Amino acid sequence: MERDWIYFDANASEPARPVALEAMVRAASVIGNPSSVHRAGRQARSVLESARERLAGLFGTRPDNCVMTSGGTEANLLAVAGLGEGRRVLASAVEHDAVRAAAVADIIPVAGDGVVRLDVLERMLGEPESRPALVCLMLANNEVGTIQPVAEAARLCHRHGALLHVDAVQAAGRIAVDLRALGADSMALSGHKFGGVKGAGALLLAGEATRTLPPVMAGGGQELGRRGGTPALPAIAAMAEAAVEAVGALANADAASVMAGWRDAIEAAAVAVGAVACGGAALRLPNTISLALPGRAAQTQLIALDLAGFGVSAGSACSSGKVARSHVLDAMGLGPLAGEAIRVSLPWTTREDEVMRFIDAYRAMAARLPARRATLEEAGA
Amino acid sequence: MRIMVAMSGGVDSSVVAARLVAEGHEVVGATLQLYDSRASARKGACCAGRDIHDARRVADRLGIPHYVIDAESRFRESVIETFASAYASGETPVPCVACNQGVKFTDLLGMARDLGVDAMATGHYVRRIEGAAGPELHRPVDASRDQSWFLFATTREQLDFLRFPLGDMPDKAAVRAEAERFGLEVAAKPDSQDLCFVSDGSYAEVVEKLRPEMAGSGEIVDETGRVVGQHDGVTRFTVGQSRRLGNAAMRDGERQMVVGIEPAARRVVIGPRARGAVHEVSLRNMNWLIPPPEEDLRCMVQIRAREEVRAATVRRTADGALVTLDEPAMPAPGQACVLYDGSRVLGGGFIRRREPVASSFSEEKEAKRL
Repeated sequence: MERDWIYFDANASEPARPVALEAMVRAASVIGNPSSVHRAGRQARSVLESARERLAGLFGTRPDNCVMTSGGTEANLLAVAGLGEGRRVLASAVEHDAVRAAAVADIIPVAGDGVVRLDVLERMLGEPESRPALVCLMLANNEVGTIQPVAEAARLCHRHGALLHVDAVQAAGRIAVDLRALGADSMALSGHKFGGVKGAGALLLAGEATRTLPPVMAGGGQELGRRGGTPALPAIAAMAEAAVEAVGALANADAASVMAGWRDAIEAAAVAVGAVACGGAALRLPNTISLALPGRAAQTQLIALDLAGFGVSAGSACSSGKVARSHVLDAMGLGPLAGEAIRVSLPWTTREDEVMRFIDAYRAMAARLPARRATLEEAGA
Repeated sequence: MRIMVAMSGGVDSSVVAARLVAEGHEVVGATLQLYDSRASARKGACCAGRDIHDARRVADRLGIPHYVIDAESRFRESVIETFASAYASGETPVPCVACNQGVKFTDLLGMARDLGVDAMATGHYVRRIEGAAGPELHRPVDASRDQSWFLFATTREQLDFLRFPLGDMPDKAAVRAEAERFGLEVAAKPDSQDLCFVSDGSYAEVVEKLRPEMAGSGEIVDETGRVVGQHDGVTRFTVGQSRRLGNAAMRDGERQMVVGIEPAARRVVIGPRARGAVHEVSLRNMNWLIPPPEEDLRCMVQIRAREEVRAATVRRTADGALVTLDEPAMPAPGQACVLYDGSRVLGGGFIRRREPVASSFSEEKEAKRL
């Protein structure tokens, strides 16, 4: 079947997996509220707890330390607000807005490839401070896909009495993710980023006992008092089902290398027509490509590709829909290229012919769009 | 034909988009974000957050792609800063001309060309008529909504690419009726008024925020430099105005008006109103929509946004044009002087400052939404 519009914006939202949609519909038909004492309540509770057990098992924590939320933003906020209480917050320069907006943080710089400067983090942690720190470091970046040295950062943090929160929203389902193995204190997940549906996420807390956490929404004391409100069962059930499938697929090494191969093919084809591959030197997610085309505004590229039938994205889209300059690429020191880069993120549904068609469309766009940046003209480029 | 429509979220550009879709064109909607909508933006002025939302909903309804284009920094530099600088040099600028010419007809139009669309349409009230020697710019059928004065700086190359489907509409009621026929919810939306980036109607506050050195009271002096009064801020004055002069408004039985503004010294210079009118007006940044004339050109000129045309002779100069009015008038520096032959726009330029400064009978600063 030939698709007439190709979706390469998985990091914004992965297409829902059919197993997740089935689980969503099943859960939506359960009448009860998990807090109720009667049979329908027990049924709803069973759906919730079974989802929790699977999610906790897949990502490396105890079920009672898996707090269901409305999504990644809430999970990050819950962690920063709860674990960061009374602490000095440090965050890498490439964190998502969900983290950046959660607290006033001291910024840990990244190197040109997007990888956090652990040497600077160590120096910052060693600064004389009356308060201990909470460090926020994402596992994989949403724009360039850079995978951060989280395990090393966790060791550094703990040596200095600091806690580490990990935003694993983009990593989960795309690479192996295990909270215990990472050694971090908490980890945020979002269901629709690995094939669930929008509306559910989770905050995983580390520890071999039940962890408490001050709630952002107290409500009726659900989630062991850590997150009030009736849980969104359909989205939570979908999240757990999607996680099982996505993590299961990672065991197939061939499939994983096929995705990385497509990523590299797109990147090579783009570089051949003048693009700069941002963060290409670092270890990255297999599905994420950041391509800057010197002199061509990112928003013009997005529109050109959309009109040609391809959905990709850039920087961060603000709620008005305008394309803002990327703070991630800025932090990587890319200068004007930060406003000229698009993000291509391949969904789990990607097929080879789509990759080939995208490469053709990208080549055509690069040839069509004139370079308009003044500095390029001055440089004679 | 694939056409980009510059959609403001108002009824005019929404009707343009709907009509082009109905005619079978492939329409692409684009809305410029000119400033952060979370900051205070004037209600009823174009392109605030609400308007972007409305434009998107209209595009949704029409089933066309729609994009929000970030023009914030360009708008700040090319329109708002320039507006403040002009005030700081004692002129009364027309920011809508700068916005049309820069952000809309250079940047957005350039993007439309880059994207390979065939034309760009807007909701402006002017007519583009295909003449023997290429497209011509004309006043619209509905004189009460004429925006030709604000569009004089449109180049012939831009005009070639532009379409103004509303130029033939008899009146606004007809446009609203068409919006209703298309089922557009913006049909009853109020017209935008005034400068979109000025909240609460105070030009002075915008300018004083950007150029704090211009804020504060100062002296009103006569043409010999004698202090005759005090004023509450130079940004509140335009050459030609008689208001806000207080006791200095009448001197020796003669009505006075502003003949010059010296922002650096925060001084307002006044002189007798009767002697303010001039015959000659010097223009800079001329744009010709006809082959630039080699000889003196007899035509009609309009020196303010809403004013009757007056007969004049125009001569090209090395750096602009010199307009000799048949009857004296009081032009305000920084405003546009647009040349007409009947309904057709022949060209235009910006009025230069004079020494001693010429004047206009502007009682109020005036600008029109475009």
